[in-house]
Amino acid sequence: MAIELTVNGSTRRLDGDPDSSLLTGIREQLGLTGAKYGCGEGQCGACTVLIDGRATRSCITPLSYASGKRVTTIEGLERNGRLHPMQEAFLETGAMQCAYCTSGMILSGVALLNKNPNPSEAEIVRGMEGNVCRCGTHPRVVAAVRMAASRSKGGAK
Amino acid sequence: MNKPKPLTSTALENEIEFERYELRGQPVYEFPLDRRDFFRGLGGGLLVIGLIGSVAAQESGGGRRAGREAMPKDMSSWLHIAEDGKISVFTGKAEVGQNTRTSLTQAVAEELRTPPDAIHLVMADTDLVPYDAGTFGSLSTPQMAPQLHKVAACAREMLLDLAAKQWSVDRASLTVRDAGVVDAGGKRRLSFGQLTHGQQLVQAIADRAAPTPVADWKICGTSVAKVDGRDFVTGRHKYTSDMSAPGMLTAKVVRPAAFGATLESVDAKAAEAMPGVSVVRDGDLLAVAAKDSATATKAAAAIHAQWKITPQTSSRELFEHLKKTAKPARTLHQAGSIDDGLAGADLKLQQTYHVAYIAHVPLEPRAALAEWTDGKLTVYTGTQRPFGVRSELAQAFHIPEDRVRVIVPDTGAGYGGKHTGEAAVEAARIAKAAGKPVKLVWTREEEFTWAYARPAGVIEVSSGVTNDGSVTAWQFHNYNSGTAGIRGQYAIPNERIEMSATDSPLRQGSYRALASTANHFARESHLDELAHALKMDPVAFRNKNLKDDRQRDVIAAAADKFGWGKSKPAPGHGFGIAGGFEKNGYVASAVEVSVDRATGKVKVVRVTTAFDCGAVVNPDHLRHQVEGAIIMGLGGALFESLEFDNGRLLNPHLRNYRVPRFSDIPVLETVLIDRKNMPSAGAGECPIVALAPAIANAIFSASGVRLRSMPLVPDGLKG
Repeated sequence: MAIELTVNGSTRRLDGDPDSSLLTGIREQLGLTGAKYGCGEGQCGACTVLIDGRATRSCITPLSYASGKRVTTIEGLERNGRLHPMQEAFLETGAMQCAYCTSGMILSGVALLNKNPNPSEAEIVRGMEGNVCRCGTHPRVVAAVRMAASRSKGGAK
Repeated sequence: MNKPKPLTSTALENEIEFERYELRGQPVYEFPLDRRDFFRGLGGGLLVIGLIGSVAAQESGGGRRAGREAMPKDMSSWLHIAEDGKISVFTGKAEVGQNTRTSLTQAVAEELRTPPDAIHLVMADTDLVPYDAGTFGSLSTPQMAPQLHKVAACAREMLLDLAAKQWSVDRASLTVRDAGVVDAGGKRRLSFGQLTHGQQLVQAIADRAAPTPVADWKICGTSVAKVDGRDFVTGRHKYTSDMSAPGMLTAKVVRPAAFGATLESVDAKAAEAMPGVSVVRDGDLLAVAAKDSATATKAAAAIHAQWKITPQTSSRELFEHLKKTAKPARTLHQAGSIDDGLAGADLKLQQTYHVAYIAHVPLEPRAALAEWTDGKLTVYTGTQRPFGVRSELAQAFHIPEDRVRVIVPDTGAGYGGKHTGEAAVEAARIAKAAGKPVKLVWTREEEFTWAYARPAGVIEVSSGVTNDGSVTAWQFHNYNSGTAGIRGQYAIPNERIEMSATDSPLRQGSYRALASTANHFARESHLDELAHALKMDPVAFRNKNLKDDRQRDVIAAAADKFGWGKSKPAPGHGFGIAGGFEKNGYVASAVEVSVDRATGKVKVVRVTTAFDCGAVVNPDHLRHQVEGAIIMGLGGALFESLEFDNGRLLNPHLRNYRVPRFSDIPVLETVLIDRKNMPSAGAGECPIVALAPAIANAIFSASGVRLRSMPLVPDGLKG
């Protein structure tokens, strides 16, 4: 059984049980390890990818759901060696310690700005609530999302 | 080759606290290379080896000596400048998010007068770096950084000597700058690589080299950004769980149904029938290995195992159990007479405080990739103790330590929770049985269940105080949680401090700041109770009894920034303050909470923390460590608790074990007291210790309810 989908702009094939998770598919078959396993139940956001621009917990997303869709992972944000404004903002604000949550945070931030290009602080908090960080980078993540919002006209795809 | 002695006499060994239950036993190690072998691996250039303390004797330079040299006994680190100018620093410390890779790079950059990005740190690879007991106890900054300062300062001086010789000029006229030496007129420049070209220079140093005085720091003391930050925001960095090897299998362990359960019978026929699946039965280990994780998970689920479970204590009866099983108390400190102190008191108070077990919940669970090649074992794993895990592996397989290599990629956090090598040993056992490289990544449920917890505790405090606010008697007895931070910075004439070990129902071990959080919670809550009973201001009351000026200063700094005493809390709000000392750092936290008795909702609105850890190495990263400690501390203070019943955890998932999220985060204000004249202490632990009591004190101020059990409000505060 195989599905076809677009990953970071290229058409890719993923084999396996259609009920198996998108997370293990992209990590193990495509080698895109930027999305992390953190809890396996959609509670921590470390596995976040964008599906058609929306933040999606890939650990609880079956391959069958991703079929035919457009998936963006952290590896797909950089364009021609230039970081996405959200990546830049995370670097500038130093919004990471162990950084295991960082890919998911960045993609959740990108998705938030896709929906709401100019979020208030409360909206950022609400938008990021599903992402867990144990090192305590939260205030800097909020600052990074705010910085990226102020620099981007709109969100990324 | 002489076998080096274990590091029994170093300060490090003496500083291992009682409650590091997971670290029993001496580190044993055998350094596999003699120095000439080592240089062969590195190529030519300049090698400076840092030695620990008094065993070091200065050794001559000028490599290429034919005779067999004794290995230095206690090497801490070394620095190599290759003929191509590449600067590599080798240290056994591990990067687990505390940004020690950056701060240690700064130390070397400072001494070599060279930008940090020219320096590469090789960390936590047991074949390449000197023995290190582990990355814990806030020791990297006070112990490893000074070593690297000395090593790099020595290298700098040697490079100056080389340039002076080559140009036949006075070395005092030369300057080191941007990975090279420049002459007085600035006309001539030789890069480090040019200076070391064609040579093999070895220098072993101890206390000879003079590092740059703090007052002259140019790179240390500044907010250098995370050295490889770009690899993390792009997803390029490979954590252990991201790694792979050719032909690698993915493993899954079939776990016992309860703690201490023994396997009675197994039916693995269905799993064995799955294509490409190996079932591994090795003593107490039952596992599967398959080509991918989906197959491994399916195969593990298809195994039917019967376990024999023995009745066990549940979390409902935990505190009674700890008291009931307490071993005779050890007296850790005794001064004066408690009876006399109580007799002279105007007010006496006796209270008991409780602390629950909590989990570290590092976002990257335990993981390992193990590979056997020609009888040699290589394991990539996320641990804070690469050499400790190497010993575990050597013992597990009865092989010499030089047949084991442990490599720690920069890891998805530890917080004291990754001192052991469970996943490494399991992956290596399965790899051995399967005959292929094996990766094992624990699930979140496994990480909750089979890692070790922060110890629970019962703390009894009995005190006496006079009406003018002098504490006259202080009896403090901790059951189980540990000894760290068990004595405060207060001058009390009659004091007895005791600790009792108990029979812990859960596996327990180190957690950021160890028992200091529990002991500070009891002490600083109790002092607040005394202050209120005397109708004294909690800050004034502490100041009256404190003996340490640095402690007074952080309390004053936190109080001042917070606006303590300047205004009354709004209705439903409360203010609380607490101070603390741990790992040579001083902290004070002032907290504002809001309590809604109708809904029960308790919210920490604002936390102001003042912190003094001596000379600040990286202000931005230090601030971030303080913020991180406060945010992590919120969970244990407010709602985190491991619940268990008869050998099973009841909440081993993030859906039922609550950790702080964005909406829980208060406004954080951080005041750093930079003491350039004091040695830099580590900062990963101390800032967590004053938070929980400050919150409890603020809840009392808001509601009149005194909470004496951590977590304070797992179900809110109604009524």
